[in-house]
Amino acid sequence: MAARAAQELQDGWYVNLGIGIPTLVSNYIPEGIEVTLQSENGMLGMGPFPIEGTEDADLINAGKQTITELPQTSFFDSAQSFAMIRGGKIAMAILGAMEVAENGDLANWMIPGKLVKGMGGAMDLVAGVGRVVVVMDHTSKHGESKVLKACTLPLTGKAVVDRIITNLGVLDVVEGGLRIVECAEGVTEAELRAATEATIIG
Amino acid sequence: MKKIYKDAQTALDGVLFDGMLIAAGGFGLCGIPELLIAAIRDAGTKNLTVASNNAGVDGFGLGVLLETRQVKKMISSYVGENAEFMRQYLSGELELEFNPQGTLAERMRAGGAGIPGFYTKTGVGTVIAEGKDVKIFDGQEFIMERGIVADLSIVKAWKADPSGNLVFRKTARNFNPPAATCGKICVAEVEEIVPLGSLDPDTIHLPGIYVHRLIQGDHEKRIEQRTVRKAS
Repeated sequence: MAARAAQELQDGWYVNLGIGIPTLVSNYIPEGIEVTLQSENGMLGMGPFPIEGTEDADLINAGKQTITELPQTSFFDSAQSFAMIRGGKIAMAILGAMEVAENGDLANWMIPGKLVKGMGGAMDLVAGVGRVVVVMDHTSKHGESKVLKACTLPLTGKAVVDRIITNLGVLDVVEGGLRIVECAEGVTEAELRAATEATIIG
Repeated sequence: MKKIYKDAQTALDGVLFDGMLIAAGGFGLCGIPELLIAAIRDAGTKNLTVASNNAGVDGFGLGVLLETRQVKKMISSYVGENAEFMRQYLSGELELEFNPQGTLAERMRAGGAGIPGFYTKTGVGTVIAEGKDVKIFDGQEFIMERGIVADLSIVKAWKADPSGNLVFRKTARNFNPPAATCGKICVAEVEEIVPLGSLDPDTIHLPGIYVHRLIQGDHEKRIEQRTVRKAS
């Protein structure tokens, strides 16, 4: 899924990768294109994890993991970081989700009474970036669809998602519902549709 | 010149009171004012409202103030690393106001900049927007958020000069500058106080006008998620 999501990257873009599977996208950046990764805690030009023994407590990503710098790296404070996010300078955010609805509503920060970690930078990102791509499993561990007619969990953003990449395929949010872009290798359209509660157009 | 204090405890003398609002710098455990947090714990000040992006971890950072039940309310964007925090919140012992991270940063920046309210698209259509003023700009909805003015801000920097000018290091900068500006009193803890004139003015990240008290100390600087790759 991370490898497929990396195909969404375009040369020259500034991109934010959410914690979890989206961070793996940095391992698959296509040859020949230059993408600058933003870390919401105040860094542009995020590099790979450090070689063991060279970790720096002052150099971490949004998931609080130790990272490294690149030649184009710059540092700035949190107000500046979210100014560039809100101000539309970040071309794309790739993040995980609990639920995505057919109109692009996204829920990925809270399960009332159970999982209440907080939204972090997710709400700002989906409200501010040019393009929102979700990477997630198509169904929950109980086998229920996560691609729904309407979200049941508290929203991170309303009508913000542009594209959904799952283990079963890729769907775009369009007028009136979702459009199948492609099925994952070895997955049939029938299987994809069966796992999708949302309305599929065309 | 700024008053340089000998330790965190004396730097907070006369500044703490029950029920106060404290703005703290730091992201996770990175760039947190460790020494000032420990001094607040030792002072026993209670019913605190703390505005900070995170709440530390169990046993370190702001987590220590939760364990001693000194915090009544947190204003934060993410508390997932702290089990005690979640427990106190889910059981109703601790009030929690979730602010999206960018909104929290901008609330501190605005409060320190004399901007009492501002409009943002962040949170429109979510529970965050409940009870807040909505205004339409260019056909799109925005919600109003208030600037934060704290009784005290506690921040961590890398170096200071005696006039309070601060330099931060890498991602340890994060919320420290906006938090510093929004406190009526700001106390900064640094790793090194350098001689006046030794900092190139062009490299100063936060001018000393915002900093009232300074301490220098030794910091543990814990790493929350030590993540490495193999040398190839």
